[in-house]
This record gives sequence, C-alpha cells and structure tokens, in this order.
Amino acid sequence: MTTTTSPAQAPRPPASISSAAEPRKRALPRTGYWFLAPYLFFFALFLIWPIIYGLWMSLTNRSLVTEDSEFAGLSNYGEALTDPQMWSSLGNTLFFTVISSVPLVLVSFVMAYLVYTGLKGQWLWRLTFFAPFLLPVSVVTAIWAFLFTNDFGLVNGLLDKAGLSQVGWLSDERIAMWSIALVTLWWTVGFNFLLYLSALQNIPDHLYEAAQLDGAGTWRRLFSITLPMMKSTTGLIILLQALASLKVFDQIFLLTAGGPNGATRSILQYIYDSGFTGYRLGYASATSYIFFALIVLVSLVQMRLAKRKDS
Amino acid sequence: MASTTTSAVKAASAASPAQEPGLSERARTRAQKKREVEHLRTLTLGPGRRGRVAAYSVVAVLAALWALPLGWAVLSSFKSEADASAAPLKFWPEGGWTADAYRGVLAAGDIPLWIWNSILVSTIVTIVTVTISALAAYAFSRQKFRGRRWLFGLTLAALMVPPQILIVPLFDQMIALRLSDTLLGVALPQVVMPLMVIVMKNFFDQIPVELEEAARLDGASDFRVFYAVVLPLSRSILTAVSIFVFISAWNNFLWPFIVTNSPEIMTIPVGLGTVKNAYGVQYASEMASAMIGALPLLIVFMLFQRHIIRGFATSGMGGQ
Repeated sequence: MTTTTSPAQAPRPPASISSAAEPRKRALPRTGYWFLAPYLFFFALFLIWPIIYGLWMSLTNRSLVTEDSEFAGLSNYGEALTDPQMWSSLGNTLFFTVISSVPLVLVSFVMAYLVYTGLKGQWLWRLTFFAPFLLPVSVVTAIWAFLFTNDFGLVNGLLDKAGLSQVGWLSDERIAMWSIALVTLWWTVGFNFLLYLSALQNIPDHLYEAAQLDGAGTWRRLFSITLPMMKSTTGLIILLQALASLKVFDQIFLLTAGGPNGATRSILQYIYDSGFTGYRLGYASATSYIFFALIVLVSLVQMRLAKRKDS
Repeated sequence: MASTTTSAVKAASAASPAQEPGLSERARTRAQKKREVEHLRTLTLGPGRRGRVAAYSVVAVLAALWALPLGWAVLSSFKSEADASAAPLKFWPEGGWTADAYRGVLAAGDIPLWIWNSILVSTIVTIVTVTISALAAYAFSRQKFRGRRWLFGLTLAALMVPPQILIVPLFDQMIALRLSDTLLGVALPQVVMPLMVIVMKNFFDQIPVELEEAARLDGASDFRVFYAVVLPLSRSILTAVSIFVFISAWNNFLWPFIVTNSPEIMTIPVGLGTVKNAYGVQYASEMASAMIGALPLLIVFMLFQRHIIRGFATSGMGGQ
C-alpha cells in the first residue's frame, strides 16, 4: 500500500514541534483517544464484533428460526467445501469476474483517453459515460430487463427488424451470464472511466512534446508514453475491478435471481440463499468465511505483484 | 499521485485572500485554458483532421450506445401500456405520448416515501461517517497516543473486509439490538468506512503543521485547532468524501434489502427492486418508476458535476 508511506513525506519541521511541545505534551495522549472514540465505537460494534461473532456462528448450527444452537465444529466448512452447488456458484463468480473485468478496464480506458484528448463537448461525454453509475441497481435492472424481453424488448425487436432470430438474453443458460456482464459494463464503466481520466490528466504535456520533437507519431505517443504512464493506475483499477466483480450480487439477484437453472448464481447469492432463504445462519457464515479467504488471497497476491514491480 | 491532494491544499489556502478575479482576468484564464486544451489535442491526436474525425466518431458511437438504454426507458415511460409493449417494436406510439404511467405510479404511492427514506438514510450515514472519520483521521495524522500504529494498521486491514460477508452476523445483531426493520438499522452499520478515514488522513498529512502550532501557542485546545484551523482548510476533501459516502449510501442495495421487511422502511433501490404490483409486469409503469428513482441523483449530478467527479476520483482511489 503506497498510502502508508505518505506520513513520512509530509513536511514537518522538527523545530516547530519542539517549541510547541510544552503545552501539548500533557494534553495529547488523552485527546487522541477522544478524537478516535466515536469511530472506534462504530468500528468495534459493526465491523470487529460481527467478524468475531460470524466466525463463532460458522462453528455452530445456528438457525434463523430457532433460538438454540449447538456447537458444530468444522462441519459447516466441511459441508460447504464438498457441496457441488457451492463450487458451481464459485465458478460462476470467477467466470463473471473475468468476462466483466476485461471489458470494464479496456472500454473505460478508451472512453477516458478520448475525453482526455480534449474533444469538444466534455460535459456531454462525461455525463453520458458516468450517468449510469449513479443509477440505483434496481433502476438499472428494470431498464435492462425491459430491453432484454423476448418479443417487445428493444434488443430482440431490433434483431427482428434485422431479420435475425431472437436471443434469450436472460433465459438461455449459456448467454445469461454474458448479458449480466454487459449490463454491469454499461452500469459501472463510468467509475473506472473517472479514475483513468484523472490519472491521464496528471501526465505532463512536455513528455508528448519531447516525443513529438523526436518524430514520434500520435499512435507512437499513445503506446510509448500514455500507456506506460498508466501502468500503476491500471494495476490499481484491475484490483479494484476484480474485487468488485467477485462481490457481484445485486444485479444478478434482481435480473435472474441466479437462474436459469443456477447458471448465474454467484457465491454471495449462495450465502444469501442458505442463510436467509434456507434459514441456516451458521452454514451461511461458514461460506462467508470461505469467500472472505478468497478475497484476502486476491488482495495479497496483487500486493505481492505490486511490490515485485516496485523493487 | 500525491500531487492531487497537495494542489488541493494549495487551492484551499490560496482561495482565502480576498481577491476576486475580475471578469477580464477570468476571460483571460479561460482563453489560456482553451489554448492548453487545443495544444493537448494536437499533441495526442495530431495536427491533421484525420485523428480528430476518428476520435469524434468513436466517442460519438460509444456515447450513443451508452445513452440508448436510458433514452429508450424515458421514451417508453411516456407511452401507454399497450404501446410500450407493442410487438413488433414501434418507436412512435400509436396512441400518442402520455404521462399516465407517471400519474399511476405516483398515485399508487410508495415511491415518494422510498425517496424520503433514502434521503434520511443517506443523510444520517453521510453526517455520521464524515464526522467520525474526520476526527479519527486527524488523530491518526497528528496526535501521538499509545496504540496509534496498531489501530491504524487495523483500519488498513479492514479495507480487505467485504461488507457483504458481515450481513449474516449483522442481521442477528440488529435483531438483538431491536433495530431490524428500522431506518436506523439500515443506516448505522453503513457508517464504518475505513477507506474514508485513510483518504482523509492522507489529506491531513499534507497540511503544513505550522498553522496548527501557531493556534496552539495562542492557547487553543485540540478540538478548537481541529475545528477552527484544520476543517476550514479541508473543505475540498470533506466535500469529496461526503459526496462519495452519500452516493454509496443512496445506491446501497444488499444491506437495506436484508434488514428491511416492511415497504414503509425501504429505500429506493430496495423498494423498486422488490415490491411488485399485483397486475404483473407493466412496462410503461416500470419505466416510469425507474425514471423517478433515477432522477434525484441525476439532478444532483448535473448541478454538481465537477465536485462529484473530483469526489469520486479522490475517494475512489484512496486519496492517492
């Protein structure tokens, strides 16, 4: 994490600290805690405690409908790891992560680069690309469920007009996940677009000028200046995107509810189904921790890769 | 990329001297900006027309594709039910345009209530999150106390915890606290956002410490220094974080969906997504509801586009 290095770089003249040390020294240790107290209260109550409590629940057969629960050891984990449905929803999640992340990174870069070059109508382009990101998920799914409808949906209607046969965008097992990736691309590309745009705007002009003097054409400038300058940003965007895609739930739940025939069920929906539809909170907690382990693993691998690149 | 935050500090401190730039000066800076954009355009697309034409075509095609779903939804929401679900597809409705769908949806009644709930929940979440995160960030940035490094490490580690894995224990907790199916139950678990603490700490780290030292020598308490010296310098980051938190809370689906049960407590994403009318799917009404649900944030975005874009760019990247 590069973020942790910044305190060292912050300018702090040592002289001024020692001159002000007298009145501060006594008061500080206490006020530090007062500043932190409200945050720590909520942090402990709604983050630390549920982590611990969830871990404990995962070792019991706690249910949503009965009060008493018994210690069950690791049996929930054993069951989850041998349940083919758990593996298939994990597989669906990974598949979705790949087919959604790749276009989400590529398309967002193309959009950001085009807007960055200074085409006229900045306001309009930015609004069009970013606006879908501001829509609540249920608005997005309502619109796309309508677009994907069989006979009078826009997509199939246009296919009809072109003389092609209709496609079961959400009802065909082989296609549904691709449709969801398409919806996700439309909905969330604006976020990556903004991240790329602000990174691009930090490239100093003189790099291009120097390349121009060296006789590099515009494509050449794109490939040997812009893209290399975007390396670390791209790494970060890929990580953020992969993590976001692994956590997919909302749009799938609302568009297909995991169907047809479980083809789009994500791991988070598996957790939701077993806990809140199947009432098995203990089992759902165990699956949550398996998923958590996956998320931590992805983050650590990425951190390792980033570190290797730095050194 | 620390330069974005330093320049924000500079901008904040440079803005305080009372010299409103005159109109001619503003016009001059605008002309200067225009020249810079033109220069960059030449550098990236080349001096000729070909690069420009190609770039405009690609951006226009992409924009058209991105506008189409929303545009079609708007058109359909102004059609009658029969025209909205006409097969084969008709762009121009036979029965003419009508706002009946909007009238029906608003008369049926839940949507204004959900919007109101969303406003309440997002406002509570924003105020509480920004307050507690700013205080904590300042403590992590400036103050020395035992356990500081350890607690900050914990906050960094918490970045890796997906909120989604906490829904099962949190739901149980909400029942125990008697907060399930209440607006507070929707709002409170959302106020823990370690990323916002880190974003603001990075910002505070860049503020020169001398100003605070001077105030302290004048006898100001730590709270007073924070309130009267640091916060006014931090307006840009506070705006950025508030916007990010508000929009995240507004669009949050999973937790409000889990913790609410009665339609009167639902927020916009949950209500629109789960409550279906009794007559089956009616697409004109569906699109009208969707448009009403989309409108609040779209209006806010058009009013504050610049702030929102900067807010997402800084908060989204962890303030780097």
